[in-house]
Amino acid sequence: MNQFSGNLDQLEAESIHIFREVAASFQRPVMLYSIGKDSSVLLHLLRKAFYPARPPMPLLHVDTTWKFREMIAFRDQVAAEGDVQVIVHINEDGVRKGISPLVHGATVHTDVMKTVALKQALDKYGFDAAIGGARRDEEKSRAKERVFSFRNAQHRWDPKRQRPELWNLYNTHIHKGESVRAFPLSNWTEMDVWHYIRREQIPVVPLYFAKTRPIVLRDGALIMVDDDRFVLREDEKIEQRTVRFRTLGCYPLTGAVESTASTIDEIIAEMAASRTSERQGRVIDHDPSASMERKKQEGYF
Amino acid sequence: MVATDDSARSLLRFITCGSVDDGKSTLLGRLLFDAGMLPDDQVEALRRDSRRQHPDGDVLDFSLLTDGLDAERQQGITIDVAYRYFHSARRNFIVADCPGHEQYTRNMATGASHADVAVVLVDARKGLLPQTRRHTYICALLGIHKIILAVNKMDLVDYAKEVYEPIKEAYINLAKELGIAAVHALPVAALTGDNVGAPSKDMPWYEGPTLLDLLETIHVEPSQAVDFRMPVQWVNRPDQSFRGYAGTICGGRVKVGASIVVQPGAHRAHIARIVTADGDLPEAHAGQAVTLTLDREVDVSRGDVIADAGRPAPEADQFAVHLLWMGDEPLLPNRGYWLKIGAKTVNARVTSIKHKIDVNTQAQLAAHRLQLNEVGYCNIDLDHPIAFEAYADNHALGGFILIDRQNHATVACGVLDFDLHRATNVHWQHLDVDKEVRARSKGQHPKCLWFTGLSGAGKSTVANLLERRLSRLGYHTYLLDGDNLRHGLNRDLGFTAEARVENVRRVAEVAHLMVDAGLIVLVCVISPFHSERDFARNLFVEGEFAEVYVDTPLEECERRDPKGLYRKARAGEISNFTGIDSPYEAPVSPEVHLHPGESSLETMVEELVSHVFPHADR
Repeated sequence: MNQFSGNLDQLEAESIHIFREVAASFQRPVMLYSIGKDSSVLLHLLRKAFYPARPPMPLLHVDTTWKFREMIAFRDQVAAEGDVQVIVHINEDGVRKGISPLVHGATVHTDVMKTVALKQALDKYGFDAAIGGARRDEEKSRAKERVFSFRNAQHRWDPKRQRPELWNLYNTHIHKGESVRAFPLSNWTEMDVWHYIRREQIPVVPLYFAKTRPIVLRDGALIMVDDDRFVLREDEKIEQRTVRFRTLGCYPLTGAVESTASTIDEIIAEMAASRTSERQGRVIDHDPSASMERKKQEGYF
Repeated sequence: MVATDDSARSLLRFITCGSVDDGKSTLLGRLLFDAGMLPDDQVEALRRDSRRQHPDGDVLDFSLLTDGLDAERQQGITIDVAYRYFHSARRNFIVADCPGHEQYTRNMATGASHADVAVVLVDARKGLLPQTRRHTYICALLGIHKIILAVNKMDLVDYAKEVYEPIKEAYINLAKELGIAAVHALPVAALTGDNVGAPSKDMPWYEGPTLLDLLETIHVEPSQAVDFRMPVQWVNRPDQSFRGYAGTICGGRVKVGASIVVQPGAHRAHIARIVTADGDLPEAHAGQAVTLTLDREVDVSRGDVIADAGRPAPEADQFAVHLLWMGDEPLLPNRGYWLKIGAKTVNARVTSIKHKIDVNTQAQLAAHRLQLNEVGYCNIDLDHPIAFEAYADNHALGGFILIDRQNHATVACGVLDFDLHRATNVHWQHLDVDKEVRARSKGQHPKCLWFTGLSGAGKSTVANLLERRLSRLGYHTYLLDGDNLRHGLNRDLGFTAEARVENVRRVAEVAHLMVDAGLIVLVCVISPFHSERDFARNLFVEGEFAEVYVDTPLEECERRDPKGLYRKARAGEISNFTGIDSPYEAPVSPEVHLHPGESSLETMVEELVSHVFPHADR
């Protein structure tokens, strides 16, 4: 029997409240779906919030064309379940220009294929609210992010126009062309996410579990060679290593961790003993010219 | 279920109050470190930063941890609440950390609205300061009833009990005065960690729990509210067979079969099902997000409150409230704002500021307006009655925000204290002869033409000619001239922003009555602000109101200066003169836009007649 005294019950109820507030207050909301564990939790909450109705908003996946193949397979499986519409958007302009993380670097690739692509998709479909899976515990500059984050007509995050948020009262008023990003998982920690996945038996991409994978050590990160677009540099060689991923993104930009945790219980145990922070494996966060703060102002999540 | 499942842990939200000088950042960093929550890579970064800041000592400077907001501060960007997360074996914690000095009141109120407990820091060397009083007052205002007083920097006063005890006594008295009974006090040294995560060896005289112990064990009542209440967020209607009301229960508990009432109003029903995605529940309580179905068809929409029929919530449309102003522009009495409470948004205006409150001393001061970070005790008027509770009884039905109707900023938060008089006691007198009957007997469609523009723009001249023309055509008209009204109805009003708001409100209400009487009303007032013109517009039904912008450039008005007012304003003899030292907000999309410099009077009158009265109507 659900005693509803626990942390997860409270977090779940608050997230559902946010989902419902978005659905009730905006003309054309969308849920950004990035296929990772946070997106899996978001999707689960989306379904719960509106049960027995079908979710009243589509999912949007901004595909950079460099995601792990297992991610895309997982996404297609979700779409096949049929209760939610999954919109996939690719920045075709970027594809034509051949933008690649291997050639142009993390910053340019992320900007063109992710940030610009997201703005294109939001404009194309006229979405006025986009739900994302960002958590405040991920990174310093996110610690002060609002649950309802205001964006101007150019999708920019203007720190001066963010609104104070008191209680669970969200100011959802916007002018035409403006939009908000809403973050139902704001108050969740990485640990909460895994505990919730375990409790609710939510499917996640198998890449989170340890397995022997083809790995190249590049610039200190363990990069998995996921397809033949990956060109080995001199002195580099592919090794079979037992690794898993703590976060998922574009495969050439996502570092694996050495781990033998192959079940959710083992992941939780590993995390409890772990002494490093989650985004450490992300190549883009280490790029000094691209602080999270600046990316956010430009419209990245 | 596995024993280590952290869903079994409870969640505590707290806020830390104190300025940088009190060692707040250090205490928070130390708390995270002692709870084992700092990952190795962060500790390593901290060690590097500490060495750079303090080249001679091997200390961890925890204040550097929480200063991610420093960059912002240098850029002059608003600093506000940052949230931090950690857990111990027994509890998960969410800390609202509110740095910043100028914006402190606003940020602290935001943080406090999310907190069950406040940790108030006092520097042992300084004792209670005006800011200690301010912090405690804001905690009390936002309904935090449990305070942990941490007397910090004990290492700098030789860990002396004689220093600690009088501070503790003085604080308990202060808290009691402000209505907070539960104070847990303890002596700490954040820099060295004494009594933060581990007991202090240097203060054997203190036998109580450490700060971490206290936070782990402090008891927080789930909610003061015992009566069942649920604001409806979303109506769930997938098909004809299902109609449910989704929301988060904000008070009490509810069972299947319970008798409920939909508020505001008196529609009653019984709970048929309590639906969740994990299956129906026999019973649900405060904090749960559920979907309720009823045993009969009742009209329920977003914003309504489903309440225990035996103990319904009071309903009213006039309140006494404490308001904390958060907007850059000041609060002006009688200006219209949106008020959001629960899932409901209504139109609201502050009818009077009884007094403002000095947050440092709680002295009551006279005030005509509220500036950023000021707290006032005000009367507020809504255009619809709402179901509510006093904030002390139910935060979700007693706490609200005000939203600017133009720029959509959140400009205030407030707490309802009590209703001035129940809305149910003030009924509209039903009258048999209504607007339609009166209008028909005059053979016209009543209208309000609202002429706005600078002083000397020619509003009265155009309106005067239009009225002569309409009168000749057989219409029943009345011209309300701003200047003339200031000799009678509005003789008590000056020209400050507040007085202008009230001036326009009265004129709008009079125009509304005259339209109700069936007349065509021509209103000539400068009415410099969007929000008052919108207020006027909102009094009328669609098509009844037309904004006429008499767009004469300032230089031209000043050149004409028919009443010699611009000359006086330029000479400094009169102040608050629109266009000179008081702003004019030009209409964005007026129904009629006149350019007196470019067209003749006759052309303009013709344009008005044809625009406002389509042919069929003439």
